[in-house]
Amino acid sequence: MSHYQIGDQVSIRASFPPGHIRTPTFIRGKSGVIESIQGTYKNPEELAYGRPGTPAQTLYRVRFRQSDLWADYSGPEHDTAVVDIYEHWLAPLSAAPYGDTP
Amino acid sequence: MSEHLRRPHDLGGLDDDAVDRGEHDHEPWEKRVDSIMRLCSDKKRHLLTVDEMRRGIEDLGPGAYDDLSYYERWISSLANNLIAKDVISIDDLGRKMTEIEARWEADREAEK
Amino acid sequence: MTDHNHDHDHEQPHPYQPDIEDAPFTHYQVMAEAVIELLTEKNVVTADEFRAQLEMTDSKTPANGAKLVAKAWTDPAFKERLMANVNDAAEELGIDAGHIPLRCVESTPDLHNVIVCTLCSCYPRMLIGLPPGWYKSRAYRARTVKEPRTVLREFGTEIADNVEVRVHDSTADLRYMVLPNRPDGTEGLSEAELAALVTRDSLIGVSVVKAPEEA
Repeated sequence: MSHYQIGDQVSIRASFPPGHIRTPTFIRGKSGVIESIQGTYKNPEELAYGRPGTPAQTLYRVRFRQSDLWADYSGPEHDTAVVDIYEHWLAPLSAAPYGDTP
Repeated sequence: MSEHLRRPHDLGGLDDDAVDRGEHDHEPWEKRVDSIMRLCSDKKRHLLTVDEMRRGIEDLGPGAYDDLSYYERWISSLANNLIAKDVISIDDLGRKMTEIEARWEADREAEK
Repeated sequence: MTDHNHDHDHEQPHPYQPDIEDAPFTHYQVMAEAVIELLTEKNVVTADEFRAQLEMTDSKTPANGAKLVAKAWTDPAFKERLMANVNDAAEELGIDAGHIPLRCVESTPDLHNVIVCTLCSCYPRMLIGLPPGWYKSRAYRARTVKEPRTVLREFGTEIADNVEVRVHDSTADLRYMVLPNRPDGTEGLSEAELAALVTRDSLIGVSVVKAPEEA
């Protein structure tokens, strides 16, 4: 079961562990909205080390406003970016954007 | 705050030059690397996951990510993964590389 | 001199060798061929499998993606199926899209989509073929998420300010293709004529599809 629903506001955990990570740095600590839910996949951050990749993670597409990502974004306000993010990188918007969340 | 924690493959948002749109075909050896990787990670063999391959690329060491070309990174990671998984040995690989280099050099001499 | 044997009796009848005109071969080319020969000698991969894989890679071209686009433009029910599941929709047209899940993002008069992979170079190769050099380049991967309109301009693509530009960063297990906006003035064209208008770059979203007279 996915913890988040389409339209939910979420923040991306601002966490910087070493190793193979699928959440790009440019969105860590930023907030966006769930655009779609794409099913569950073995966790690639675990598979990368020969581990089983369980539990499988729900994969979301999260949409960001470009002007929320870049202070100096030069395009129109309505431009967006959509990034695929696994559930363990998400936190409810109300949560502190930094550090681990359950 | 986080820039020094950014890993070398994690490029989104960095400044860079204009995109060089030049079209050049893949070299034959690059297609061969592509194909052997696909076979190694296919359902029949499953010698490694694409995730392990990517991790191997990201862990090549300081400078390597920027200095090596795309398929140079691929073959480096694939070789390391196959050694770690006991599919091939370092000694096998070293001997085979010496053999191939000698063969190619001899072939070139013969063509001259 | 090491005592490795010089027998050439492995099963590849014609061992690969770089073109004679090539620049001096590199350490990595030698490593690549060594890995391929070792895996063949150990029967992990047969020479036939390797040849078939090379041929399969060469057979994947943007014509596959273009065919899907033309069909979706002319058949609303197919478009719905394409948007729901690209892999299955491709199979309907006899295109093997492989097992990696593909998604289609639709560009409209109000929305322009463009695809990038900032962490790697993930690409819908089963529908378009191997990625062009620029898609894998540092400049494209670094800049497209932050200054998409400038990058698009470098491809000769000007997107009006009243149109939303949406960048898709394929970081995970999905691969993306763009369903480009169907240009005005193409109403009378057949599916095959439409497919001929669809370029690789429009399937990635760095360009738009143009009607024949403006093309």
